[in-house]
Amino acid sequence: MSTEEKTQKSTRFVYQDDEVLLKPFDWSVLRRMGIYLIPFKNRMIPAILLMLYGAATKLAVPILIGTAIDRVIDPDTGNGNLSFLTIFAGTILGLYVIQLFTNRIRIRITNVIGQQVISNIRNDLFTHIQKLSFRFFDKRPAGSVLVRITNDVNALQDLFTNGVVNILIDVVLLVGIVVVLLTLNFKLGLAIMLTVPLMFMISTSLRKRIRRAWQEVRLRQSRINSHLNESIQGIKVTQAYTQEKENIIFFDEMNTSNRRSWDIASGLNQIFTPILEITGGIGYFILFWYGASLVQNGEITIGLFVTFATFISQFWEPINRLGQMYSQLLIAMASSERIFEFMDERPSVAEKEQPLQLPTIRGDIKFNHIVFEYEQGRPALKDVNLAVSAGQSIALVGHTGSGKSTIINLLCRFYDPVEGSCEIDGHDLRDVSIQSLRSQVGIVLQDTFIFSGSIRDNIRFGKLNATNEEVERAARAVHAHDFISRMAYGYDTQVEERGNVLSMGQRQLISFARALLADPRILILDEATASIDTETEVKIQSALKVLLEGRTSFIIAHRLSTIRHADQIVVMNHGKIMEQGTHQGLLEQKGIYHGLIEAQYRFLQDVV
Amino acid sequence: MDVLLQLRAYYWKERWMLFTSIICLIISTAIGIVYPLLMRYLIDDIIKLKKYDEVLALALIVFGVIIVKAIFQGLHGLSGGRLGNRVAYNLRNALYRKLQYLSFQYYDKAKTGDLMSRLTADMDAVRQFIGFGFAQFLNLFLMVGFGATIMFTIHWQLTLITLVTMPLLVYTAIRFESRIHPQFQMMRQAMSNLTTAVQENITGVRTIKSFAREPFEVDKFTVRSDEYKNNQIGAAYIFSRYFPFMEIFSLLCVVSLLIVGGYLVINGSITIGDLVAFFSLIWFVIGPMWGVGFHINQYTQSKASGERVLEILNHYVHVKDREDAIRLPKDQISGHVQFDHVQFTYPDSPPTIIDFSLNAPSGAVIGILGGTGSGKSTIIQLLLRAYNVKEGTIKLDGHDIRGIQLESLRQAIGLVFQETFLFSSSIRNNISYGMMNASIEEIIRAAKYAQAHDFIMELPLGYDTIVGERGMGLSGGQKQRIAIARALIKNPKILIMDDSTSAVDMDTEHEIQLGLKEIMQGRTTFIIAHRISSLKHADEIIVLDNGKVIQRGNHQQLLEQDGLYRDTYDNQYTDQTRQLGVQS
Repeated sequence: MSTEEKTQKSTRFVYQDDEVLLKPFDWSVLRRMGIYLIPFKNRMIPAILLMLYGAATKLAVPILIGTAIDRVIDPDTGNGNLSFLTIFAGTILGLYVIQLFTNRIRIRITNVIGQQVISNIRNDLFTHIQKLSFRFFDKRPAGSVLVRITNDVNALQDLFTNGVVNILIDVVLLVGIVVVLLTLNFKLGLAIMLTVPLMFMISTSLRKRIRRAWQEVRLRQSRINSHLNESIQGIKVTQAYTQEKENIIFFDEMNTSNRRSWDIASGLNQIFTPILEITGGIGYFILFWYGASLVQNGEITIGLFVTFATFISQFWEPINRLGQMYSQLLIAMASSERIFEFMDERPSVAEKEQPLQLPTIRGDIKFNHIVFEYEQGRPALKDVNLAVSAGQSIALVGHTGSGKSTIINLLCRFYDPVEGSCEIDGHDLRDVSIQSLRSQVGIVLQDTFIFSGSIRDNIRFGKLNATNEEVERAARAVHAHDFISRMAYGYDTQVEERGNVLSMGQRQLISFARALLADPRILILDEATASIDTETEVKIQSALKVLLEGRTSFIIAHRLSTIRHADQIVVMNHGKIMEQGTHQGLLEQKGIYHGLIEAQYRFLQDVV
Repeated sequence: MDVLLQLRAYYWKERWMLFTSIICLIISTAIGIVYPLLMRYLIDDIIKLKKYDEVLALALIVFGVIIVKAIFQGLHGLSGGRLGNRVAYNLRNALYRKLQYLSFQYYDKAKTGDLMSRLTADMDAVRQFIGFGFAQFLNLFLMVGFGATIMFTIHWQLTLITLVTMPLLVYTAIRFESRIHPQFQMMRQAMSNLTTAVQENITGVRTIKSFAREPFEVDKFTVRSDEYKNNQIGAAYIFSRYFPFMEIFSLLCVVSLLIVGGYLVINGSITIGDLVAFFSLIWFVIGPMWGVGFHINQYTQSKASGERVLEILNHYVHVKDREDAIRLPKDQISGHVQFDHVQFTYPDSPPTIIDFSLNAPSGAVIGILGGTGSGKSTIIQLLLRAYNVKEGTIKLDGHDIRGIQLESLRQAIGLVFQETFLFSSSIRNNISYGMMNASIEEIIRAAKYAQAHDFIMELPLGYDTIVGERGMGLSGGQKQRIAIARALIKNPKILIMDDSTSAVDMDTEHEIQLGLKEIMQGRTTFIIAHRISSLKHADEIIVLDNGKVIQRGNHQQLLEQDGLYRDTYDNQYTDQTRQLGVQS
């Protein structure tokens, strides 16, 4: 306890999210990424051909120049031939002009493919995350999920647009140069190639550390983003509690450790190139020393020597670039692993293979011996049995944390019960399709969520094809129409997530209208009117009575004026149902409910 | 360059690293240029004049040159990387600082996703450019300068002819820049739209799932994602139109060098070694020119990003300390609050507060009742000076709050927001959020007053339980009680409860009230509530409707009047009074 106490003090905010993935370099990640390229294989063929042309040009030019020096400019005899020279130059020019067009097409094809692949990965990831259940979101800060869809996917961008093609070009160039050098002069070529294994050894030893370093960077970055996201969301609390300075101090610490991890990662990246260059220097040494002696022996000409020199400078370039690509690949790998980690996440609430399409709900609901826990060992519901007949209104009453909202969460199948089952019209919820269930259940939560956009769009979220009249009718039913039409742009007023354009009560009214517009077969009000004044609430209730004739509804509320008219009042405590009955019936029982009402009466007596 | 100038504050502190990076790059470049000269020496002197005994020495010199060059290259990379990281660090700290102080007015309009995209993606573009792009941009001129100078000393006519296409290249590069810049701005905007969509989706996941609207969200996302993709492709198309031209303009140098240089060698004007050196040197000019497109690309991207980052840094802070603002020590504040004919209007809205006056002497309890959107929360946010009043004045102990240092004003106020927000931290830290040095005893005492202690102790980790963004596993009422404890521990002179027990059940609320009764001694208290039971103790109850005071008085006085207060009372009580009356 005491050590824990200390750590708690030093950690002002805790983001218990990611860990550095300590798996070895995983080629299967690369393979999975490669799968995204398969649909484009037909379009990649022209890109590869065009790329081959570029590589061929690169290989041809030094040979042409070397030949020109030997044959045309002819340093040994001094009788050069100017018209031949023009032919050589013309050939090179021709190659370049063709390259002008091939490059243009190649850049376009590769970018279109690359961006499409990135977009596909991003869409797949997003779509998959949409399928995941509440449990997934419960344990992750929004910022860290956000980062995977934006930054981590973006980190793959360079790899897929230029990377793949560049790797191919460089590999072709490398092989081409090796072949050409060995063909032109086997001995000199081979001598220079001796440095290649050395180079690969060095890069292999470095790459592991680089990868680890980038994973660390991603981890810190993700924490920073989680905190940034949270601090923006909670800014009003921060300012009201004058914690700006303390937060700045905390953030500085976080930011410093982020900078350090960047320093390590980018530092390792930066020494990669010079080390390769020094290794490459050995090649130059061999060229000068051994090459000159070959010229001395007359085994090679000056032109050939120049060709070699040009090729060597071009030889290290692709190796160097491949090295860079490799570190880029490592950065991308760190991100891919994080992307696939999410993609491999299975929804904790999964549909059956062939789920039943729930027909129009009548509204008979049964909870059979339900046991549920959010965290292991912390039961939220203990053996709950509840039967509701179609058309009834049920009020759930109890202390905060007694399990009222959990009943709702299970009814909407946001979670599955640990034991027992939940049935609607005789269908176990685990058998029906989630879409067919939730589209018939309207739920108004206490903490409403308003999307940025117009008020109209926010209400329309309940029924996407609703006409303006329908939107307005729903707004009128919950008495939101008056305040909406008083606003500067009426239903077209733009609202933001946290904006003060709407008061909390107004936001509740809007989400209420949203739920009504969906015309649900089961309506759930989870403290939906807590921030709405009593007068409006009473009006809404009478409107609802007409609108929801014959539909089952659940109400969680603390204001007794809200619940007393319910057909069934369910009193809960510590995850158990304690009492059940009508207002009148429960009063006569003189149990907990009676106590609640009486207490309220007593509070009143205090003053009156 | 304007953007760079404005960002100066964030890299100028690290200028030594910037200089180191640049100097190392210059040295590395300058040393690199020795290589073609060594090549010329090899051909013209060693091979032509058959001085083969010098070969080994020359080869070693070449090797040495490359090592030195690589070392400086590495030093440049290290210092550049560090510079970029430091700039990112400085900038991120500055942004964070700014975000802490931007007013409510800013956040009312800001989108979290958009801010996040500026703080991450845009930030990285700036890091990259200042760390490397800038030095490389400079190096580009150096390489061209060095290369061209040496070429000029060898044979200036050949140099001029060889480099004749350079002006064309520069022209193309400039045109390219002007075309690609708007595209990058659009791309950044598209990224920020995408981020916003995702951010909203994740935050609103409960609402989305309860309506089974995942397909709609996927469509919305796909539209934004496509928009971003198309912008990227658009940029690539512009690149593909200009880049090959830049490439060929530089490659033309090779062709003209071959023709003219070859002619000059045949003529005997230059040696073959000169020509070979030229072929090597020309890459010093061509190489960077080739990269001009890339560098411009990078510069433009980071400029667009820098602008978006600067937008936050330069944003006007609506609420700030006046220069002559006074500091009110907490223990000297008595808590006398006066509103004097206050008017307030949010942008694009009808007036929210109209001619509001109130005198709350020290220790008074003020209750506020009113319909949704009647201006209740606005009044107390004005007292917090979250917004500046448009007309009229608000006074604390006789001082206009605009003349009091914000920090001392806000420290005197304990506000429980209507919307509960808990941070990702332990319950203990959340309660002591406004008072970091609070002891565990103080925390427990505040929690007890807020009726939170019992349920906290029932949690497996008690006060060390980590609650998060979504207050995992806690019900709305539990979160509210933690928020109440958070306000109480501050021991504020002015306590404000903005509908802060709405999710708490009746008898817990009653117990909280009993606790508050004790705590409220000597504090000015504002209570906004819908339940009469929460308001009844107030010395003065104000009934608001559409920003105007329609009734005021104490519980008894208001019950005797016709009006909203008595209607609410009737709705909440008479029924039960009658029923219980029948029974007891």
